[in-house]
Amino acid sequence: MTSEVENKPVFCTESAKELVKELRASFATGKTKSYEWRLTQLNAMVKMMEEKEPQIVAALHDDLSKPELESSIYEIAMLKNSCRLAVKNMKHWMMPEKAKTSLVTFPSSAEIVSEPLGVVLVISTWNYPFLLSLDPIVGAIAAGNAIVLKPSEIAPATSLLLARLVAEYLDSSCIKVVEGAVPETAALLEQKWDKILYTGNGRVARIVMAAAAKHLTPVVMELGGKCPVIVDSDINLQVATRRIIAGKWGCNNGQACISPDYIITMKDYAQKLIDSFKYELERFYGKNPLESKDLSRIVNSNHFARLSKLLDEDKVSSKIVHGGERDKENLKITPTILLDVPRDSLIMNEEIFGPLLPVFLVDKVEDSFDVINSGTKPLAAYLFTNKKKLKEKFVATVSAGGLVINDTTVHLAEPTLPFGGVGDSGMGAYHGKFSFDAFSHKKAVLYRGFACDAFVRYPPYTRGKLGLLRALFDGSILGIIRALLGWSKA
Amino acid sequence: MEKSIAKLRETFKNGGTKSISWRKSQLKALLQLINQNEDSIFKALDQDLGKSPVESYRDEVGVLKKSVTYTLSCLEKWVAPKKAEVPLLFFPAKAEVMPQPLGVVLIFSSWNFPFTLALDPLIGAISAGNTVLLKPSDLAPACMSFLVETIPKYLDNKAIKVVAGGADIGERLLQLKWDKIFFTGSPRVGRLVMAAAAKHLTPVTLELGGKCPAIVDTLSTTPSKAKVTAKRIVGGKWGPCNGQACIAIDYLLVEEKLASALIELLKKTIKRFYGENIKSLKSISRIVNEHQFQRLVNLLKDPNVADSIVYGGSVDEEKLVIEPTILLDPPLDSEIMSEEIFGPLLPIITLKNIEESINFINSKSNPLVIYAFTEDETFKKRILSETSSGTVTFNDSMVQFLCDSLPFGGVGQSGFGRYHGKYSFDTFSHEKSILHRGFYPEIEPRYPPWTDFKLLFIKLAYEFDYFGLILLLLGFKRS
Repeated sequence: MTSEVENKPVFCTESAKELVKELRASFATGKTKSYEWRLTQLNAMVKMMEEKEPQIVAALHDDLSKPELESSIYEIAMLKNSCRLAVKNMKHWMMPEKAKTSLVTFPSSAEIVSEPLGVVLVISTWNYPFLLSLDPIVGAIAAGNAIVLKPSEIAPATSLLLARLVAEYLDSSCIKVVEGAVPETAALLEQKWDKILYTGNGRVARIVMAAAAKHLTPVVMELGGKCPVIVDSDINLQVATRRIIAGKWGCNNGQACISPDYIITMKDYAQKLIDSFKYELERFYGKNPLESKDLSRIVNSNHFARLSKLLDEDKVSSKIVHGGERDKENLKITPTILLDVPRDSLIMNEEIFGPLLPVFLVDKVEDSFDVINSGTKPLAAYLFTNKKKLKEKFVATVSAGGLVINDTTVHLAEPTLPFGGVGDSGMGAYHGKFSFDAFSHKKAVLYRGFACDAFVRYPPYTRGKLGLLRALFDGSILGIIRALLGWSKA
Repeated sequence: MEKSIAKLRETFKNGGTKSISWRKSQLKALLQLINQNEDSIFKALDQDLGKSPVESYRDEVGVLKKSVTYTLSCLEKWVAPKKAEVPLLFFPAKAEVMPQPLGVVLIFSSWNFPFTLALDPLIGAISAGNTVLLKPSDLAPACMSFLVETIPKYLDNKAIKVVAGGADIGERLLQLKWDKIFFTGSPRVGRLVMAAAAKHLTPVTLELGGKCPAIVDTLSTTPSKAKVTAKRIVGGKWGPCNGQACIAIDYLLVEEKLASALIELLKKTIKRFYGENIKSLKSISRIVNEHQFQRLVNLLKDPNVADSIVYGGSVDEEKLVIEPTILLDPPLDSEIMSEEIFGPLLPIITLKNIEESINFINSKSNPLVIYAFTEDETFKKRILSETSSGTVTFNDSMVQFLCDSLPFGGVGQSGFGRYHGKYSFDTFSHEKSILHRGFYPEIEPRYPPWTDFKLLFIKLAYEFDYFGLILLLLGFKRS
């Protein structure tokens, strides 16, 4: 084992250069462009999941103590669906789209043709290490590209498994995995890519985009933010509570980009809400949540320390109304609720990404919009209410990647909705056809004939031509006739 | 400057630009601006670039009027949320995608089409409901002054501002945080813009350039088609700002045996369009400034390049004029064949077989447009599938710019992002996903504690296997 590690070649800039060269050569053969190749790869991915589900679940458990159900559903089943959707619709997505032409270019026909961008880089993250590595790749394959995947080193078991499975099931001449940490990522970022899709945090996103700028590489950034949940009174409190719990602690124990980060509710309603949480949390995770198998652990000691710091801040530690227990050795923190945290506390300003749920209080529910808009734009925002006007105001006023009313996180599973952020939560989107589009260049094509060559385009330029041009641009047949007869103003 | 931007943010925050009526009023005001100041616009373009009113109308005024009118007629449709399909599993639910303005956007425009490249993106930004800071290029100073003075007279000053200045102002603007930057210009500056945008995670659209080739395969068809081809090539090279355009034809590819016929046709057409020699040149823009003039003259300095001139080549430094010049097979490693020309020099590269043009084009970086004059359907298909460019236009030049239904933008080194028509609206919008759910029915298996039953239920649900779900619920399926 030691000798294996010692003899492992260092992946440096030269290696990255060679890698890209190899993939460019593969892409140039036109292999990835064929429908058959794309179909084979996607079907192979489905086969991989069917045959290797236990290994995938085991790796996810190693890295995150992820409950089997979360792995099976949120990582594997979701990815399978993504593959199947692409397989079903790819032919249609690949077809050129007709575009309308107007009088100005008559006679002509136009279309928009989708073509692969070329060699793309997908940099993924640790919290849904399987899904967030392969889901973008589904889109990249469907669009006909050659791909390099750089999984996160913070989920090492999954990273290793991905490297092995991709080599075993997919076409290694066109799809490669590079494992590693900062040095390997830096070496990759020095190369020229035709697109980079990065999932992660804002700090590294800036580094990725700056590196992309050197080569004018377009990017998709899937980042995060503080996803707020506004809870109005007069709702089915039990259902709302359960859905918030499912989105928070049910999603990798709050370590998800679209997990509810904090709650905003009215002062008068807070206690009722908290009581409901206490009741449902016990039903879901038992009296000793530290021992529940249905909760992921905190991924590593760095994040455990980060979350502890949020809880230990002076003005916040006294606000814990539920949970707060920690097990440092096993990296566990129980579902924790804090009531009435100050607006300027760390926990209300940093993305939590963990099992702590602050409840921020307002006098009336409409005040919550100002609270949300005073921060950076989140990836998602949630509202629980039965009031039509409030829903309308929420949709019109709150800027976020995506919004859900009366539920949390489920929009992720909806492939007809683009999944992406805005402002600090990211740029670009994917899922469903949006994945195909994200990795395609939409080439505009205009077909012209030789008939009807409009002399008015060409010099020598005369006043008569000016008049005719005006009429042509206005699209008015009458105007054109008048101009031709010399009756219009030049 | 920071104060101006703070004002723009405030206006946006207060919802000043959200309403459709505001957007429409601004677009109508822009149309009025253009209609009421046509002569001043022609004058400024003549001053900065020597553009004739016909060229100015065709490439700037007319294009903008058409763009505003089209946007006004479609705006309500574009602003409306689009329904998205929701599977039965989510019932009852409603899903939609709603476009939202990004906020405060920065537009950098270029000097060669100083009105179109400033105001067309502005039309998109306004229609999408943003506040805007426009930075026109100082290399077209009369046009820049016109915009600085006139826009405040017609448009809402609290939401749309124009700032004059050069590269230093541009740099200062790039240090600030924007919600979007739209840049038209060279790849070199495009890199700087994107690197600055990276610091704030600002999305960008880069409209750059490249060497736009024209493949010529129609000379052996009828004489009339050959004539039309020649007209369209000449019109596509020297017509748009005397070759100083991102979509101007940069160089030609033609079969060896047809080269001399092509050159003869081109010479005749040039003389007819622009005049017999440099002294009698008309209907053609001049070179924008001394710097660009010297750059172009230097391209001809290489003796091997100078030797390949078959027409033209004369220059007039005082008037900043270079006559339409054709070169036959200059060395492939010369600067004129590796840099974007952006001027009135047209290299013709001959090939044994026209199909070689595909490999030739692929040996260079992706251009903004590939022009192909050919009637061979198989060849057309090959060009489409084996080359990559922002756009491909068959049997014509330039006119694709006028198609509002075609996205206009590059790929690779020619840029990314796109605009024109609805694409302008989209480029300045965030498409927000919205899912509406009801409280009922509740699906218990969503919640822990987890059991095998719940796992199987969710697996079937994710496969949309409704029949399987029914069986499970009725107890006929085992977990």
